[in-house]
Amino acid sequence: MSAASTILAALVCIPIGGLISFRSFRGKRFVLNMIQTLYSVPTVCVGLFVYLLISHSGPLGRFGWAFTPTAMVLGQALLITPIMIGMTVSALSGVDKTIRDTTLSLGASEAQAIWAIIKEARFAMGAGLILGFGRAISEVGAALILGGNIAGYTRVLTTAISLEATQGNFDTALAFGIILLCVALVIAVTVNVVQQRR
Amino acid sequence: MSQIEIADLQQRHGSRTTLKGVSLTIEKGEVLAIIGPTGSGKTTLLRLIDQLDKPAFGRVLFDEREVTPRLRTKIRRRISMVLQKPVVFDASVYDNVAYPLRVRKYSRKAIPEKVNTMLQTVGLDGYQKRNARTLSGGETQKVALARALVTDPQVLLLDEPTANLDPVSLNSIEEFILRFNRDKGMTIVIATHEMAQGQRLAHRIGVMMDGELVQVGKPADIFYTPSDLRVAHFVGVENILKGRITSNEGGLAQIETNGHSLEAVTDHRMGAEVHVCIRPEEVTISLQPPSSSARNSFGGEVKLMALSGPYARVEIDCGFTLIALITRRSAEDLGLKVGQQVHASFKATAVHVISRAGSNQAEAPGPTVESSATSGEPPDIKPPNQSLFFPS
Repeated sequence: MSAASTILAALVCIPIGGLISFRSFRGKRFVLNMIQTLYSVPTVCVGLFVYLLISHSGPLGRFGWAFTPTAMVLGQALLITPIMIGMTVSALSGVDKTIRDTTLSLGASEAQAIWAIIKEARFAMGAGLILGFGRAISEVGAALILGGNIAGYTRVLTTAISLEATQGNFDTALAFGIILLCVALVIAVTVNVVQQRR
Repeated sequence: MSQIEIADLQQRHGSRTTLKGVSLTIEKGEVLAIIGPTGSGKTTLLRLIDQLDKPAFGRVLFDEREVTPRLRTKIRRRISMVLQKPVVFDASVYDNVAYPLRVRKYSRKAIPEKVNTMLQTVGLDGYQKRNARTLSGGETQKVALARALVTDPQVLLLDEPTANLDPVSLNSIEEFILRFNRDKGMTIVIATHEMAQGQRLAHRIGVMMDGELVQVGKPADIFYTPSDLRVAHFVGVENILKGRITSNEGGLAQIETNGHSLEAVTDHRMGAEVHVCIRPEEVTISLQPPSSSARNSFGGEVKLMALSGPYARVEIDCGFTLIALITRRSAEDLGLKVGQQVHASFKATAVHVISRAGSNQAEAPGPTVESSATSGEPPDIKPPNQSLFFPS
Protein backbone atom coordinates (compact mmCIF):
# COMPACT_ATOMS: atom_id res chain seq x y z
CA MET A 1 0.00 0.00 0.00
CA SER A 2 2.81 2.38 0.94
CA ALA A 3 4.67 1.33 -2.20
CA ALA A 4 1.59 2.11 -4.27
CA SER A 5 1.24 5.53 -2.70
CA THR A 6 4.97 6.21 -3.18
CA ILE A 7 4.73 5.27 -6.87
CA LEU A 8 1.58 7.35 -7.28
CA ALA A 9 3.23 10.32 -5.56
CA ALA A 10 6.42 9.90 -7.61
CA LEU A 11 4.44 9.93 -10.87
CA VAL A 12 2.92 13.26 -9.91
CA CYS A 13 5.81 14.80 -7.98
CA ILE A 14 8.77 14.17 -10.28
CA PRO A 15 7.24 16.11 -13.21
CA ILE A 16 6.06 18.88 -10.85
CA GLY A 17 9.47 19.01 -9.18
CA GLY A 18 11.05 19.13 -12.63
CA LEU A 19 8.85 22.03 -13.67
CA ILE A 20 9.59 23.98 -10.48
CA SER A 21 13.28 23.28 -10.84
CA PHE A 22 13.64 24.19 -14.53
CA ARG A 23 11.25 27.07 -14.89
CA SER A 24 11.91 30.42 -13.32
CA PHE A 25 8.69 32.14 -12.31
CA ARG A 26 7.50 34.79 -9.94
CA GLY A 27 7.00 33.47 -6.43
CA LYS A 28 9.20 30.38 -6.92
CA ARG A 29 10.92 30.93 -3.58
CA PHE A 30 7.55 31.25 -1.86
CA VAL A 31 6.33 28.01 -3.44
CA LEU A 32 9.48 26.22 -2.24
CA ASN A 33 9.02 27.61 1.28
CA MET A 34 5.42 26.40 1.31
CA ILE A 35 6.44 22.94 0.09
CA GLN A 36 9.10 22.70 2.79
CA THR A 37 6.61 23.78 5.44
CA LEU A 38 4.26 21.02 4.33
CA TYR A 39 6.98 18.42 5.04
CA SER A 40 5.76 18.58 8.63
CA VAL A 41 2.02 18.54 7.98
CA PRO A 42 0.42 16.28 10.64
CA THR A 43 -0.68 12.97 9.17
CA VAL A 44 -4.11 13.23 10.83
CA CYS A 45 -4.69 16.59 9.09
CA VAL A 46 -4.00 15.02 5.70
CA GLY A 47 -6.25 12.12 6.68
CA LEU A 48 -9.02 14.46 7.69
CA PHE A 49 -8.67 16.54 4.51
CA VAL A 50 -8.90 13.48 2.27
CA TYR A 51 -11.72 12.09 4.40
CA LEU A 52 -13.72 15.28 3.82
CA LEU A 53 -13.13 14.90 0.08
CA ILE A 54 -14.19 11.25 -0.17
CA SER A 55 -16.86 10.98 2.53
CA HIS A 56 -20.46 10.56 1.34
CA SER A 57 -21.16 14.27 1.36
CA GLY A 58 -17.74 15.20 -0.05
CA PRO A 59 -17.05 16.14 -3.69
CA LEU A 60 -15.58 12.66 -4.40
CA GLY A 61 -18.20 10.87 -2.26
CA ARG A 62 -19.88 9.14 -5.18
CA PHE A 63 -16.83 6.88 -5.73
CA GLY A 64 -17.42 5.23 -2.35
CA TRP A 65 -13.74 5.29 -1.41
CA ALA A 66 -14.23 5.89 2.30
CA PHE A 67 -12.66 3.14 4.48
CA THR A 68 -11.02 1.42 1.51
CA PRO A 69 -7.36 0.81 0.68
CA THR A 70 -7.79 3.28 -2.22
CA ALA A 71 -8.50 6.03 0.28
CA MET A 72 -5.40 5.11 2.24
CA VAL A 73 -3.20 5.15 -0.86
CA LEU A 74 -4.63 8.54 -1.81
CA GLY A 75 -4.04 9.92 1.68
CA GLN A 76 -0.49 8.62 1.94
CA ALA A 77 0.35 9.85 -1.57
CA LEU A 78 -0.91 13.30 -0.66
CA LEU A 79 0.98 13.18 2.62
CA ILE A 80 4.34 12.51 0.99
CA THR A 81 3.76 14.82 -2.00
CA PRO A 82 5.57 17.82 -0.45
CA ILE A 83 8.61 15.73 0.52
CA MET A 84 8.78 14.12 -2.90
CA ILE A 85 8.47 17.46 -4.73
CA GLY A 86 11.01 19.07 -2.43
CA MET A 87 13.47 16.19 -2.79
CA THR A 88 13.03 16.24 -6.58
CA VAL A 89 13.77 19.96 -6.71
CA SER A 90 16.86 19.63 -4.53
CA ALA A 91 18.08 16.53 -6.41
CA LEU A 92 17.73 18.29 -9.74
CA SER A 93 19.38 21.46 -8.53
CA GLY A 94 22.36 19.31 -7.49
CA VAL A 95 22.98 18.29 -11.11
CA ASP A 96 25.65 20.25 -12.97
CA LYS A 97 23.86 23.18 -14.64
CA THR A 98 25.69 22.54 -17.88
CA ILE A 99 23.99 19.13 -18.26
CA ARG A 100 20.86 20.90 -19.44
CA ASP A 101 22.81 23.00 -21.96
CA THR A 102 24.73 19.92 -23.03
CA THR A 103 21.59 17.91 -23.75
CA LEU A 104 19.92 20.81 -25.57
CA SER A 105 23.01 21.49 -27.66
CA LEU A 106 23.09 17.81 -28.57
CA GLY A 107 19.60 18.13 -30.01
CA ALA A 108 17.39 17.15 -27.08
CA SER A 109 13.94 18.66 -26.77
CA GLU A 110 13.03 20.36 -23.50
CA ALA A 111 11.32 17.18 -22.23
CA GLN A 112 14.29 14.99 -23.25
CA ALA A 113 16.61 17.40 -21.46
CA ILE A 114 14.57 17.16 -18.26
CA TRP A 115 14.57 13.38 -18.46
CA ALA A 116 18.37 13.35 -18.91
CA ILE A 117 18.77 15.55 -15.84
CA ILE A 118 16.47 13.30 -13.82
CA LYS A 119 18.65 10.35 -14.84
CA GLU A 120 21.76 12.25 -13.74
CA ALA A 121 20.09 12.94 -10.40
CA ARG A 122 18.99 9.33 -9.93
CA PHE A 123 20.87 8.78 -6.65
CA ALA A 124 19.41 11.83 -4.97
CA MET A 125 16.01 10.99 -6.48
CA GLY A 126 16.29 7.47 -5.04
CA ALA A 127 16.94 8.96 -1.62
CA GLY A 128 13.78 11.05 -2.07
CA LEU A 129 11.79 7.94 -2.95
CA ILE A 130 13.03 6.11 0.13
CA LEU A 131 12.27 9.10 2.33
CA GLY A 132 8.74 9.37 0.89
CA PHE A 133 8.19 5.64 1.31
CA GLY A 134 9.48 5.85 4.86
CA ARG A 135 6.97 8.52 5.76
CA ALA A 136 4.14 6.62 4.05
CA ILE A 137 4.83 3.26 5.69
CA SER A 138 5.35 4.72 9.16
CA GLU A 139 2.37 7.07 9.38
CA VAL A 140 -0.69 6.05 11.36
CA GLY A 141 -2.99 9.09 11.47
CA ALA A 142 -4.17 9.11 7.85
CA ALA A 143 -4.35 5.32 7.67
CA LEU A 144 -6.62 5.24 10.72
CA ILE A 145 -8.98 8.00 9.58
CA LEU A 146 -9.20 6.90 5.94
CA GLY A 147 -9.01 3.11 6.33
CA GLY A 148 -10.80 2.69 9.63
CA ASN A 149 -8.45 -0.16 10.69
CA ILE A 150 -10.75 -2.90 9.38
CA ALA A 151 -9.10 -6.25 10.06
CA GLY A 152 -8.02 -8.07 6.90
CA TYR A 153 -8.99 -5.09 4.74
CA THR A 154 -7.57 -1.77 5.79
CA ARG A 155 -5.52 -2.76 8.80
CA VAL A 156 -1.87 -2.04 8.18
CA LEU A 157 1.21 -2.53 10.37
CA THR A 158 1.07 0.91 11.94
CA THR A 159 -2.64 0.78 12.76
CA ALA A 160 -2.15 -2.73 14.07
CA ILE A 161 0.70 -1.52 16.30
CA SER A 162 -1.48 1.29 17.57
CA LEU A 163 -4.35 -1.14 18.30
CA GLU A 164 -2.15 -3.75 20.00
CA ALA A 165 -0.51 -1.04 22.12
CA THR A 166 -3.84 0.32 23.32
CA GLN A 167 -4.87 -3.24 24.23
CA GLY A 168 -1.70 -3.68 26.28
CA ASN A 169 -0.10 -6.24 23.91
CA PHE A 170 3.25 -4.45 23.90
CA ASP A 171 5.27 -7.44 22.72
CA THR A 172 3.06 -7.92 19.64
CA ALA A 173 3.19 -4.17 18.95
CA LEU A 174 6.97 -4.19 19.16
CA ALA A 175 7.17 -7.25 16.90
CA PHE A 176 5.05 -5.47 14.30
CA GLY A 177 7.38 -2.48 14.59
CA ILE A 178 10.37 -4.68 13.85
CA ILE A 179 8.57 -6.23 10.87
CA LEU A 180 7.84 -2.74 9.57
CA LEU A 181 11.49 -1.76 9.82
CA CYS A 182 12.49 -4.98 8.02
CA VAL A 183 10.15 -4.12 5.15
CA ALA A 184 11.71 -0.64 4.98
CA LEU A 185 15.18 -2.20 4.97
CA VAL A 186 14.30 -4.50 2.05
CA ILE A 187 12.90 -1.56 0.06
CA ALA A 188 15.94 0.65 0.74
CA VAL A 189 18.39 -2.09 -0.25
CA THR A 190 16.40 -2.86 -3.40
CA VAL A 191 16.33 0.80 -4.49
CA ASN A 192 20.09 1.10 -3.92
CA VAL A 193 20.86 -2.07 -5.85
CA VAL A 194 18.69 -0.97 -8.78
CA GLN A 195 20.43 2.43 -8.87
CA GLN A 196 23.91 0.97 -8.87
CA ARG A 197 23.11 -1.35 -11.73
CA ARG A 198 22.15 1.48 -14.09
CA MET B 1 25.97 30.93 -49.45
CA SER B 2 25.65 32.09 -45.91
CA GLN B 3 24.92 29.39 -43.34
CA ILE B 4 24.38 31.68 -40.40
CA GLU B 5 23.59 35.34 -40.44
CA ILE B 6 23.70 37.32 -37.24
CA ALA B 7 22.12 40.76 -37.21
CA ASP B 8 22.67 43.33 -34.46
CA LEU B 9 22.74 40.72 -31.72
CA GLN B 10 22.64 42.10 -28.20
CA GLN B 11 22.64 40.30 -24.89
CA ARG B 12 22.37 41.37 -21.29
CA HIS B 13 23.18 39.57 -18.07
CA GLY B 14 21.54 41.53 -15.29
CA SER B 15 22.54 45.13 -15.77
CA ARG B 16 25.64 44.20 -17.76
CA THR B 17 25.57 44.27 -21.55
CA THR B 18 27.62 41.29 -22.65
CA LEU B 19 27.04 41.60 -26.37
CA LYS B 20 26.76 44.97 -28.03
CA GLY B 21 25.18 44.68 -31.44
CA VAL B 22 27.18 41.98 -33.16
CA SER B 23 26.54 41.42 -36.87
CA LEU B 24 28.30 38.64 -38.72
CA THR B 25 27.82 36.30 -41.65
CA ILE B 26 29.21 32.79 -41.46
CA GLU B 27 29.64 31.05 -44.79
CA LYS B 28 28.91 27.38 -45.46
CA GLY B 29 31.99 25.22 -45.00
CA GLU B 30 34.20 27.84 -43.42
CA VAL B 31 36.15 27.65 -40.21
CA LEU B 32 35.66 30.86 -38.29
CA ALA B 33 37.59 31.53 -35.11
CA ILE B 34 36.20 34.00 -32.61
CA ILE B 35 39.14 35.20 -30.58
CA GLY B 36 39.20 37.58 -27.68
CA PRO B 37 40.14 37.76 -24.04
CA THR B 38 38.14 35.99 -21.33
CA GLY B 39 34.83 37.76 -20.75
CA SER B 40 34.75 39.41 -24.17
CA GLY B 41 31.46 37.74 -25.15
CA LYS B 42 32.64 34.76 -27.20
CA THR B 43 30.64 32.18 -25.25
CA THR B 44 27.58 34.46 -25.18
CA LEU B 45 27.72 34.67 -28.97
CA LEU B 46 28.06 30.90 -29.45
CA ARG B 47 25.17 30.23 -27.06
CA LEU B 48 22.96 32.57 -29.05
CA ILE B 49 23.94 30.91 -32.32
CA ASP B 50 23.05 27.53 -30.77
CA GLN B 51 19.71 28.91 -29.55
CA LEU B 52 20.57 28.05 -25.94
CA ASP B 53 19.70 31.59 -24.86
CA LYS B 54 17.34 34.22 -26.15
CA PRO B 55 18.98 37.46 -27.26
CA ALA B 56 17.96 40.77 -25.71
CA PHE B 57 17.81 42.16 -29.22
CA GLY B 58 18.71 41.13 -32.76
CA ARG B 59 18.29 37.88 -34.60
CA VAL B 60 20.03 34.83 -35.94
CA LEU B 61 19.18 33.46 -39.38
CA PHE B 62 20.01 29.88 -40.22
CA ASP B 63 20.11 29.06 -43.94
CA GLU B 64 18.47 32.44 -44.46
CA ARG B 65 15.51 31.47 -42.26
CA GLU B 66 14.73 33.12 -39.00
CA VAL B 67 14.82 30.73 -36.04
CA THR B 68 11.39 30.89 -34.43
CA PRO B 69 10.68 29.17 -31.09
CA ARG B 70 8.88 26.39 -32.95
CA LEU B 71 11.88 25.75 -35.20
CA ARG B 72 14.38 25.96 -32.37
CA THR B 73 14.88 22.25 -31.65
CA LYS B 74 14.78 21.41 -35.35
CA ILE B 75 17.50 23.95 -36.16
CA ARG B 76 19.52 22.98 -33.10
CA ARG B 77 19.58 19.40 -34.37
CA ARG B 78 21.55 20.59 -37.37
CA ILE B 79 24.08 22.25 -35.08
CA SER B 80 26.32 20.66 -32.48
CA MET B 81 28.07 22.55 -29.77
CA VAL B 82 30.88 21.46 -27.50
CA LEU B 83 30.64 23.61 -24.41
CA GLN B 84 33.59 25.01 -22.58
CA LYS B 85 34.57 22.45 -19.91
CA PRO B 86 32.24 19.83 -21.39
CA VAL B 87 30.29 17.61 -19.03
CA VAL B 88 29.77 13.98 -19.83
CA PHE B 89 26.77 12.08 -18.58
CA ASP B 90 27.24 9.73 -15.65
CA ALA B 91 27.02 6.79 -18.04
CA SER B 92 29.24 4.72 -20.31
CA VAL B 93 31.26 6.28 -23.13
CA TYR B 94 29.01 4.41 -25.56
CA ASP B 95 25.82 5.82 -24.02
CA ASN B 96 27.29 9.32 -24.06
CA VAL B 97 28.07 9.19 -27.76
CA ALA B 98 24.77 7.45 -28.55
CA TYR B 99 22.75 10.15 -26.76
CA PRO B 100 22.34 12.62 -29.65
CA LEU B 101 21.30 9.76 -31.93
CA ARG B 102 18.73 8.51 -29.41
CA VAL B 103 17.12 11.91 -28.99
CA ARG B 104 16.87 12.11 -32.77
CA LYS B 105 15.12 8.71 -32.75
CA TYR B 106 17.68 6.87 -34.86
CA SER B 107 16.81 3.20 -35.29
CA ARG B 108 18.30 0.79 -32.76
CA LYS B 109 20.21 -0.91 -35.56
CA ALA B 110 21.86 2.25 -36.86
CA ILE B 111 23.15 3.53 -33.52
CA PRO B 112 25.89 0.97 -32.66
CA GLU B 113 27.58 1.30 -36.04
CA LYS B 114 27.62 5.09 -35.95
CA VAL B 115 28.83 5.23 -32.34
CA ASN B 116 31.58 2.67 -32.83
CA THR B 117 32.82 4.31 -36.04
CA MET B 118 32.93 7.68 -34.32
CA LEU B 119 34.80 6.29 -31.31
CA GLN B 120 37.32 4.76 -33.70
CA THR B 121 37.71 8.10 -35.47
CA VAL B 122 38.54 9.95 -32.27
CA GLY B 123 40.80 7.14 -31.04
CA LEU B 124 38.57 5.89 -28.24
CA ASP B 125 37.83 2.43 -29.60
CA GLY B 126 37.71 -0.03 -26.70
CA TYR B 127 36.44 2.65 -24.30
CA GLN B 128 32.78 1.84 -25.03
CA LYS B 129 31.97 0.38 -21.61
CA ARG B 130 34.07 2.74 -19.48
CA ASN B 131 32.14 5.23 -17.36
CA ALA B 132 32.75 8.58 -19.04
CA ARG B 133 33.21 10.29 -15.67
CA THR B 134 36.38 8.28 -15.05
CA LEU B 135 38.24 9.57 -18.13
CA SER B 136 41.12 12.04 -18.27
CA GLY B 137 40.67 15.64 -19.48
CA GLY B 138 41.84 14.86 -23.01
CA GLU B 139 39.68 11.74 -23.24
CA THR B 140 36.64 13.61 -21.90
CA GLN B 141 37.16 16.26 -24.55
CA LYS B 142 37.33 13.54 -27.20
CA VAL B 143 34.06 12.00 -25.93
CA ALA B 144 32.45 15.44 -26.06
CA LEU B 145 33.72 15.92 -29.60
CA ALA B 146 32.61 12.45 -30.69
CA ARG B 147 29.18 13.10 -29.17
CA ALA B 148 28.92 16.37 -31.07
CA LEU B 149 30.10 14.91 -34.38
CA VAL B 150 28.22 11.59 -34.39
CA THR B 151 25.15 13.18 -36.00
CA ASP B 152 27.14 14.75 -38.84
CA PRO B 153 25.97 18.26 -37.99
CA GLN B 154 26.06 21.01 -40.57
CA VAL B 155 27.52 23.41 -38.06
CA LEU B 156 29.92 22.65 -35.23
CA LEU B 157 30.34 25.21 -32.47
CA LEU B 158 33.36 24.78 -30.24
CA ASP B 159 33.86 26.83 -27.11
CA GLU B 160 37.52 26.76 -26.08
CA PRO B 161 37.86 23.19 -27.31
CA THR B 162 41.44 22.70 -26.19
CA ALA B 163 41.66 24.78 -23.02
CA ASN B 164 43.67 22.95 -20.34
CA LEU B 165 44.75 20.15 -22.66
CA ASP B 166 48.25 18.77 -23.01
CA PRO B 167 49.98 19.46 -26.36
CA VAL B 168 49.45 15.92 -27.67
CA SER B 169 45.68 15.95 -27.01
CA LEU B 170 45.52 19.49 -28.40
CA ASN B 171 47.13 18.43 -31.67
CA SER B 172 44.86 15.44 -32.13
CA ILE B 173 41.74 17.49 -31.42
CA GLU B 174 42.80 20.19 -33.84
CA GLU B 175 43.40 17.47 -36.43
CA PHE B 176 39.83 16.13 -36.06
CA ILE B 177 38.43 19.60 -36.40
CA LEU B 178 40.32 20.24 -39.61
CA ARG B 179 39.52 16.79 -40.98
CA PHE B 180 35.79 17.18 -40.44
CA ASN B 181 35.82 20.57 -42.09
CA ARG B 182 37.81 19.25 -45.06
CA ASP B 183 36.01 15.92 -45.56
CA LYS B 184 32.44 16.90 -44.76
CA GLY B 185 32.43 20.60 -45.55
CA MET B 186 31.24 21.22 -42.01
CA THR B 187 30.91 24.84 -40.97
CA ILE B 188 32.92 25.30 -37.79
CA VAL B 189 32.94 28.19 -35.36
CA ILE B 190 35.62 28.06 -32.67
CA ALA B 191 35.78 30.43 -29.73
CA THR B 192 39.27 30.61 -28.33
CA HIS B 193 41.37 32.98 -26.31
CA GLU B 194 44.43 31.55 -27.97
CA MET B 195 45.13 33.56 -31.09
CA ALA B 196 47.65 31.04 -32.44
CA GLN B 197 44.94 28.40 -32.49
CA GLY B 198 42.71 30.74 -34.45
CA GLN B 199 45.48 31.18 -36.95
CA ARG B 200 46.20 27.46 -37.24
CA LEU B 201 42.60 26.42 -37.82
CA ALA B 202 40.54 29.24 -39.23
CA HIS B 203 39.84 30.65 -42.66
CA ARG B 204 38.65 33.84 -41.00
CA ILE B 205 39.04 35.30 -37.57
CA GLY B 206 36.70 37.59 -35.69
CA VAL B 207 38.10 39.52 -32.75
CA MET B 208 35.77 40.22 -29.83
CA MET B 209 36.55 42.88 -27.29
CA ASP B 210 34.24 43.83 -24.46
CA GLY B 211 31.11 42.52 -26.19
CA GLU B 212 31.90 44.00 -29.56
CA LEU B 213 33.09 42.29 -32.71
CA VAL B 214 35.87 44.74 -33.51
CA GLN B 215 37.49 43.14 -36.53
CA VAL B 216 36.75 40.26 -38.88
CA GLY B 217 39.19 39.15 -41.53
CA LYS B 218 41.74 36.65 -42.73
CA PRO B 219 44.25 35.64 -40.07
CA ALA B 220 47.04 37.62 -41.75
CA ASP B 221 44.88 40.77 -41.75
CA ILE B 222 44.18 40.41 -38.06
CA PHE B 223 47.76 39.75 -37.07
CA TYR B 224 49.50 42.26 -39.34
CA THR B 225 46.92 45.01 -39.67
CA PRO B 226 44.86 45.12 -36.47
CA SER B 227 42.10 47.68 -36.76
CA ASP B 228 42.62 49.22 -33.35
CA LEU B 229 44.89 49.21 -30.35
CA ARG B 230 42.88 46.65 -28.40
CA VAL B 231 43.18 44.14 -31.23
CA ALA B 232 46.87 44.99 -31.64
CA HIS B 233 47.51 44.28 -27.98
CA PHE B 234 45.55 41.07 -28.07
CA VAL B 235 47.23 39.62 -31.15
CA GLY B 236 50.66 40.15 -29.66
CA VAL B 237 51.85 43.44 -31.17
CA GLU B 238 54.15 44.34 -28.33
CA ASN B 239 55.75 47.39 -29.87
CA ILE B 240 53.19 50.19 -29.95
CA LEU B 241 54.56 53.71 -30.14
CA LYS B 242 52.83 57.06 -30.34
CA GLY B 243 53.95 59.16 -33.29
CA ARG B 244 53.14 61.79 -35.90
CA ILE B 245 53.58 61.54 -39.64
CA THR B 246 56.03 64.20 -40.77
CA SER B 247 55.97 63.38 -44.47
CA ASN B 248 54.43 60.90 -46.87
CA GLU B 249 55.76 60.48 -50.38
CA GLY B 250 54.00 57.89 -52.47
CA GLY B 251 53.02 55.84 -49.46
CA LEU B 252 56.44 55.83 -47.79
CA ALA B 253 55.96 57.90 -44.64
CA GLN B 254 58.37 59.32 -42.13
CA ILE B 255 57.05 59.08 -38.59
CA GLU B 256 58.40 61.04 -35.65
CA THR B 257 58.25 58.99 -32.46
CA ASN B 258 59.94 59.65 -29.11
CA GLY B 259 62.44 61.95 -30.83
CA HIS B 260 63.31 59.32 -33.40
CA SER B 261 62.26 59.03 -36.98
CA LEU B 262 61.16 55.83 -38.58
CA GLU B 263 59.82 54.85 -41.98
CA ALA B 264 56.58 53.05 -42.67
CA VAL B 265 54.53 52.08 -45.68
CA THR B 266 51.14 53.67 -45.04
CA ASP B 267 48.44 55.82 -46.61
CA HIS B 268 48.08 58.10 -43.58
CA ARG B 269 48.66 61.72 -44.47
CA MET B 270 51.30 64.14 -43.25
CA GLY B 271 50.48 65.55 -39.82
CA ALA B 272 48.35 62.59 -38.75
CA GLU B 273 48.67 61.50 -35.12
CA VAL B 274 49.17 57.75 -35.15
CA HIS B 275 50.08 54.63 -33.27
CA VAL B 276 52.95 52.70 -34.76
CA CYS B 277 52.69 48.92 -34.38
CA ILE B 278 55.61 46.57 -34.94
CA ARG B 279 55.27 42.85 -34.21
CA PRO B 280 58.18 41.68 -32.05
CA GLU B 281 59.05 38.87 -34.44
CA GLU B 282 59.54 41.47 -37.22
CA VAL B 283 62.41 43.03 -35.29
CA THR B 284 65.81 41.55 -36.07
CA ILE B 285 68.91 41.96 -33.94
CA SER B 286 72.48 42.28 -35.15
CA LEU B 287 75.74 43.23 -33.53
CA GLN B 288 76.80 45.40 -36.49
CA PRO B 289 74.64 48.00 -38.30
CA PRO B 290 72.63 46.02 -40.86
CA SER B 291 73.38 46.27 -44.54
CA SER B 292 70.02 44.75 -45.50
CA SER B 293 66.94 46.44 -46.94
CA ALA B 294 65.55 47.17 -43.47
CA ARG B 295 64.93 50.91 -43.54
CA ASN B 296 64.61 51.25 -39.81
CA SER B 297 67.65 50.52 -37.69
CA PHE B 298 68.31 51.72 -34.18
CA GLY B 299 71.29 51.19 -31.94
CA GLY B 300 70.52 50.30 -28.35
CA GLU B 301 71.30 48.32 -25.26
CA VAL B 302 69.81 44.97 -24.28
CA LYS B 303 67.79 45.62 -21.12
CA LEU B 304 66.19 42.26 -20.56
CA MET B 305 66.21 38.78 -22.02
CA ALA B 306 63.59 36.17 -21.26
CA LEU B 307 63.74 32.66 -22.63
CA SER B 308 60.50 30.93 -23.39
CA GLY B 309 60.71 27.51 -25.00
CA PRO B 310 62.62 27.79 -28.26
CA TYR B 311 62.32 31.58 -28.33
CA ALA B 312 64.00 34.53 -26.69
CA ARG B 313 62.25 37.79 -25.98
CA VAL B 314 64.69 40.66 -25.96
CA GLU B 315 63.98 44.19 -24.75
CA ILE B 316 66.24 46.80 -26.28
CA ASP B 317 66.50 50.42 -25.14
CA CYS B 318 66.96 52.49 -28.30
CA GLY B 319 65.84 55.72 -26.63
CA PHE B 320 62.46 54.01 -26.70
CA THR B 321 61.91 50.37 -25.84
CA LEU B 322 61.77 47.92 -28.70
CA ILE B 323 60.90 44.27 -28.11
CA ALA B 324 62.24 41.58 -30.39
CA LEU B 325 61.28 37.95 -30.50
CA ILE B 326 64.05 35.79 -31.95
CA THR B 327 64.88 32.12 -31.75
CA ARG B 328 66.85 31.01 -28.76
CA ARG B 329 69.49 29.68 -31.13
CA SER B 330 69.91 33.11 -32.77
CA ALA B 331 70.27 34.68 -29.34
CA GLU B 332 72.96 32.13 -28.48
CA ASP B 333 74.75 32.62 -31.82
CA LEU B 334 74.82 36.38 -31.23
CA GLY B 335 75.98 35.81 -27.67
CA LEU B 336 73.28 38.22 -26.46
CA LYS B 337 73.35 39.29 -22.85
CA VAL B 338 71.89 42.10 -20.80
CA GLY B 339 73.85 45.35 -21.19
CA GLN B 340 75.15 44.48 -24.67
CA GLN B 341 75.04 47.09 -27.47
CA VAL B 342 73.09 45.84 -30.49
CA HIS B 343 71.24 47.08 -33.56
CA ALA B 344 67.52 46.48 -33.85
CA SER B 345 66.04 46.67 -37.34
CA PHE B 346 62.69 46.23 -39.03
CA LYS B 347 61.37 46.87 -42.50
CA ALA B 348 59.15 49.80 -43.41
CA THR B 349 56.56 47.23 -44.58
CA ALA B 350 56.61 45.59 -41.14
CA VAL B 351 55.20 48.75 -39.56
CA HIS B 352 51.43 48.97 -39.20
CA VAL B 353 50.02 52.40 -38.59
CA ILE B 354 46.75 53.03 -36.74
CA SER B 355 45.23 56.51 -36.63
CA ARG B 356 44.90 58.10 -33.21
CA ALA B 357 42.21 60.51 -34.40
CA GLY B 358 38.97 60.02 -32.51
CA SER B 359 40.39 57.01 -30.75
CA ASN B 360 40.35 56.70 -27.03
CA GLN B 361 41.49 53.13 -27.11
CA ALA B 362 44.95 53.95 -25.80
CA GLU B 363 43.54 52.95 -22.43
CA ALA B 364 43.15 49.41 -23.62
CA PRO B 365 44.25 46.80 -21.10
CA GLY B 366 47.73 45.37 -21.17
CA PRO B 367 51.08 47.04 -20.76
CA THR B 368 52.34 49.02 -23.71
CA VAL B 369 55.86 49.76 -24.73
CA GLU B 370 55.33 53.45 -24.33
CA SER B 371 54.18 53.09 -20.75
CA SER B 372 57.24 51.13 -19.71
CA ALA B 373 59.51 53.39 -21.74
CA THR B 374 58.22 56.64 -20.31
CA SER B 375 57.60 55.61 -16.75
CA GLY B 376 61.20 54.57 -16.24
CA GLU B 377 60.03 51.60 -14.20
CA PRO B 378 61.99 48.38 -14.45
CA PRO B 379 60.51 46.35 -17.25
CA ASP B 380 58.39 43.32 -16.52
CA ILE B 381 60.13 40.00 -16.40
CA LYS B 382 57.16 38.36 -18.07
CA PRO B 383 56.13 39.41 -21.55
CA PRO B 384 52.64 40.94 -21.71
CA ASN B 385 51.55 38.16 -23.98
CA GLN B 386 52.87 34.73 -23.19
CA SER B 387 51.92 33.05 -26.44
CA LEU B 388 54.72 33.11 -28.87
CA PHE B 389 53.38 33.41 -32.29
CA PHE B 390 54.96 33.49 -35.71
CA PRO B 391 52.56 34.18 -38.55
CA SER B 392 53.29 32.17 -41.64
